[in-house]
Amino acid sequence: MSQSLVEIKDVTFSRGDRIIYQNMSFSVPTGKITAIMGPSGIGKTTMLRLIGGQLKPDSGDILFAGESIPKMSRSELYQARERMSMLFQSGALFTDMSVFDNIAFPLREHTKLSEEIIRIIVLMKLEAVGLRGARDLMPSELSGGMARRAALARAIALDPELIMYDEPFAGQDPISMGVLVKLIKSLNQTLNITSLVVTHDVTEVMSIADHVVILADKGVIGEGSPEQVAQSESPLVQQFLQGLSDGPVPFHFDAAPYNQDLLMGSERG
Amino acid sequence: MNSKKIEILVGFFVSLGIAAIVMLALKVANAGMSGNGDTYSLYAKFDNIGSLKVRSPIKVGGVVVGRVEAINLDPTDYVPVVHMKIATEYSNFTETTSVNILTSGILGEQYLGINPGVLAHKDMNGEDELSEMFGLEEVKVLKDGDFITDTKSALVLEELIGQFLFNQSND
Amino acid sequence: MVNTIQTIGRNTLDTLAGIGRALLMLLGAIFSVPNVRKGTPLLIKQLYMVGFLSLIIILVSGLFIGMVLALQGYTVLVDYGAEDSLGPLVALSLLRELGPVVTALLFAGRAGSALTAEIGLMKATEQLTSLEMMAVDPLKRVIAPRFWAGMISMPLLAMIFSAIAILGAHIVGVDWLGVDSGSFWSIMQAQVSFEKDILNGAIKAVVFAFVVTWIALYKGYDCVPTSEGISKATTETVVQSSLAVLGLDFVLTAIMFGA
Repeated sequence: MSQSLVEIKDVTFSRGDRIIYQNMSFSVPTGKITAIMGPSGIGKTTMLRLIGGQLKPDSGDILFAGESIPKMSRSELYQARERMSMLFQSGALFTDMSVFDNIAFPLREHTKLSEEIIRIIVLMKLEAVGLRGARDLMPSELSGGMARRAALARAIALDPELIMYDEPFAGQDPISMGVLVKLIKSLNQTLNITSLVVTHDVTEVMSIADHVVILADKGVIGEGSPEQVAQSESPLVQQFLQGLSDGPVPFHFDAAPYNQDLLMGSERG
Repeated sequence: MNSKKIEILVGFFVSLGIAAIVMLALKVANAGMSGNGDTYSLYAKFDNIGSLKVRSPIKVGGVVVGRVEAINLDPTDYVPVVHMKIATEYSNFTETTSVNILTSGILGEQYLGINPGVLAHKDMNGEDELSEMFGLEEVKVLKDGDFITDTKSALVLEELIGQFLFNQSND
Repeated sequence: MVNTIQTIGRNTLDTLAGIGRALLMLLGAIFSVPNVRKGTPLLIKQLYMVGFLSLIIILVSGLFIGMVLALQGYTVLVDYGAEDSLGPLVALSLLRELGPVVTALLFAGRAGSALTAEIGLMKATEQLTSLEMMAVDPLKRVIAPRFWAGMISMPLLAMIFSAIAILGAHIVGVDWLGVDSGSFWSIMQAQVSFEKDILNGAIKAVVFAFVVTWIALYKGYDCVPTSEGISKATTETVVQSSLAVLGLDFVLTAIMFGA
């Protein structure tokens, strides 16, 4: 039935008094790479946690493969999570295990495979990210880019249907960034995994994304293929894509007029 | 692998802990002997128990045969009643037995000293040997819950000194 | 004035909410169905981290505290010619008080702070969230083995502490100061009761183990996942569990030995 693996329907979410999303809707097409972009601080990571079921929306619905995530019981949610995986900003490798054991971890937890088969699967996944030689290292011995690739190998260990990347390019040098872009693309094509990339690195993600969603102002301000979005007439979208310092998102944080503020200071002094 | 070393070290740690418990139980508290043997109760009334405490030892000739279980005041005549728990292997005390409150050393702990008096030795027929030999009237064996009537109270230093001074002034 | 009352109210609510979260965490960890095949290696690893690694500090402090007790006790007792009572003096103070309490304080400093820092770090590096996203319950996987390891280790450590301290007292009292070895042990045996002294001391150790481990795990699990938050949580673990141990010790002593 579904052209989209994940559907966000009319979701409103607030933290304390602050509304983060208001009546937001978009969808993540199956088997494609979807990029969610937006200025920092608008809750892109929160979006991933909503899809992962770690947070519940105030209203609206989130469908994963046609099933409602917020309405799931705990055990149903755990079953659904075995079909999705998430690559964290820091990689989130378990620091007390070697790279090999990290990647074997989901297999040992969720399958009853023999150690022999687990070994083969782990080596296959490590080969896919080019880290077969680093299997006996501890996470603390890896560089940032390698840690993220190792975490990616762990994320695909159980052959999930959906991978969510949380800022995969943040803080990477151009080479590792290139490697990651290539990996996301190739994993998406070879394994036919639906990918959801949350990022604000516009150029990198525009080159591989099939579908782009731009978030701002508590909702979606632009959605479509990279070309469609680039043609968008919304000044907000254009400011974001071109990286202008001033525009609809103001350079200045909300404040009283400048000279008035200065004078008030001297009066008090 | 590394986990084998960890298992050995944890095994070492747990055995050390168990060894410590065993040492505390046997060497420090001597739980093996006291505590789990069968006991029976005897009671004794004293005019003054001094500083005798619950769990003070009861000794015969210096050997511990039991402990003080409780000390209460008799509600009718306001005399202290000491409840003694004595090991069942020493169950031959008779009504000639006397009990004193003694002190180990000048400032030591107070304890109960039992002077066994005439003991009841049962021969094979279960008859009282003593009464046969000496033709005495039968000596009653103290049973669980009986009172030892022949008691001597604790020495209280103030009373001693008081008596001493009183005697001196009489001379 | 209104502000003060508001502050009191907010602090009360925060405290209650914290206790609630700590309880939920504990219930989730304790009443999770244990998996023997996966759980045993985790427990052994934590017994090593929590128990074995605390052994050195316990052995050394136990030995020295026993030796100091013997030295101080002897100088007082010898004036009354009662140096034979050194054995029970040392044994009773260790078994009833110093063993459980000092072990709990050292345990909070050595193992408790390490637990808080480790779990806080796992939270800050998104390892706990990552576990959850991998459909593995972090309460079962991370909290439960550490909790049980603490509950097993600390009473064992307290017993080891008391035993080694009594040996230390023996070294000083008997070998150095010349108390008679026979009377050192026999008077100790006459005075120390297994049920009243050793068992009550062990109960104290179990209660302290529960409190210290619980506080340490909760502080790590609930910390603000930044480096500042972790260091604050670690400090709070040591301070709060030490205070809780000392406060509870008074209550337990009053119940056990008071009447």
